[in-house]
Amino acid sequence: MFVLTGYEYLLGFLLVCSLVPALALTASKLLRPSRRGPERRTTYESGMEPIGGAWIQFNIRYYMFALVFVIFDVETVFLYPWAVAFNQLGLLAFIEALIFVAILVVGLVYAWRKGALEWS
Amino acid sequence: MNQGIDLQQTFITSLMDLGLPAGAAKAIWMPLPMLMMIIGATVGVLVTVWLERKISAAAQQRIGPEYIGPLGVLAPVADGLKLIFKEDTVPAKADPLLFMLGPVIVVIPVFLSYLIVPFGQNLVVTDVGMGVFLWIALSSVVPIGLLMAGYASNNKYSLLGGLRAAAQSISYEIPLALSVLAIVMMSNSLSTIDIVNQQSGYGVLGWNIWRQPVGFFIFWVAALAECERIPFDLPEAEEELVAGYQTEYSGMKFALFYLGSYVNLVLSALLVSVLYLGGWELPIPISLVASWLGVSETTPWLEILVRP
Repeated sequence: MFVLTGYEYLLGFLLVCSLVPALALTASKLLRPSRRGPERRTTYESGMEPIGGAWIQFNIRYYMFALVFVIFDVETVFLYPWAVAFNQLGLLAFIEALIFVAILVVGLVYAWRKGALEWS
Repeated sequence: MNQGIDLQQTFITSLMDLGLPAGAAKAIWMPLPMLMMIIGATVGVLVTVWLERKISAAAQQRIGPEYIGPLGVLAPVADGLKLIFKEDTVPAKADPLLFMLGPVIVVIPVFLSYLIVPFGQNLVVTDVGMGVFLWIALSSVVPIGLLMAGYASNNKYSLLGGLRAAAQSISYEIPLALSVLAIVMMSNSLSTIDIVNQQSGYGVLGWNIWRQPVGFFIFWVAALAECERIPFDLPEAEEELVAGYQTEYSGMKFALFYLGSYVNLVLSALLVSVLYLGGWELPIPISLVASWLGVSETTPWLEILVRP
């Protein structure tokens, strides 16, 4: 049987949830009309002929944002196990968590000074 | 602790009384709460769409949906039917596979998050130990779908909208996770059922909103931003980006985005009430109501209701 009780429902629910878009798309495929034409499938650009594609190199700043996000998301993930056992761990663990957050704040200040959070 | 209604146990015992083995009875039970949850979520979406239209119409001194059904309640159903019958156009320059996967990846995690929403002590699909953490993890999957949809469309508006949507969702996810962290520290558990039980006992006064007013405000704002609702609707800013990442979408794929955003809205509302507003508990302690009405646990007609 399952080692982690309750998680068989997670798998089952994942299957049921995957059925929702699958059934919706299949039903629509059976019911909808399909008239193909070259004009129909042009890219929308406010009625103008599109100039160039959109698969281009885009701004590096999005990448910087994503990196900063990953750092802080991992930080919150690391704080969760501590939060669950907060009452048992006591003061020492609290100070340790503060030190952990302080290190990340130093990192944030560094990223800020370097201009990673500025757009222009 | 009040055990409440335990549908699962009742259902399985009654099937086993009919002579089915325990495993088969459980297998028959398993899909039922899941289907109930999905139907409930979809009906919640229909109600939310109707309410949004009616209320925004009233705010702008319009009438809003009026003709389809009484007070226009069936307007969202008509919308859904219209979208099923609509032609599905895929731009010639787009990547067809990613174009289809985008809305699918947005919808699945949003529905899957309903796994942890409790409606009673035993009225929940399953009480997994991870609880709210599972929801935070699943909500991180949604930006991938948005980015995928924006990039696969090969349209400049879609690309910018997708990037904006992803940037906005990931920015507001950290305050969201941190405000949930404060709740977890107070209840010492990630399970949504434990979080609700921790708030129970004092009626309105036991709610987490009184102990975490700032956390409640942060959660509320961040949840609004995650759902891309006004005033955080920058990814779909009509005046600059046409419709953001869903510019090229039509028919059922657009409907999936639409469904996903509203299901997410209902889910956020449910989680606000679970985390801060006492979950399924009555605002007034139930023992107080019972003593006012002169009903106790040993009243005969109540026993008929509780023990089937």
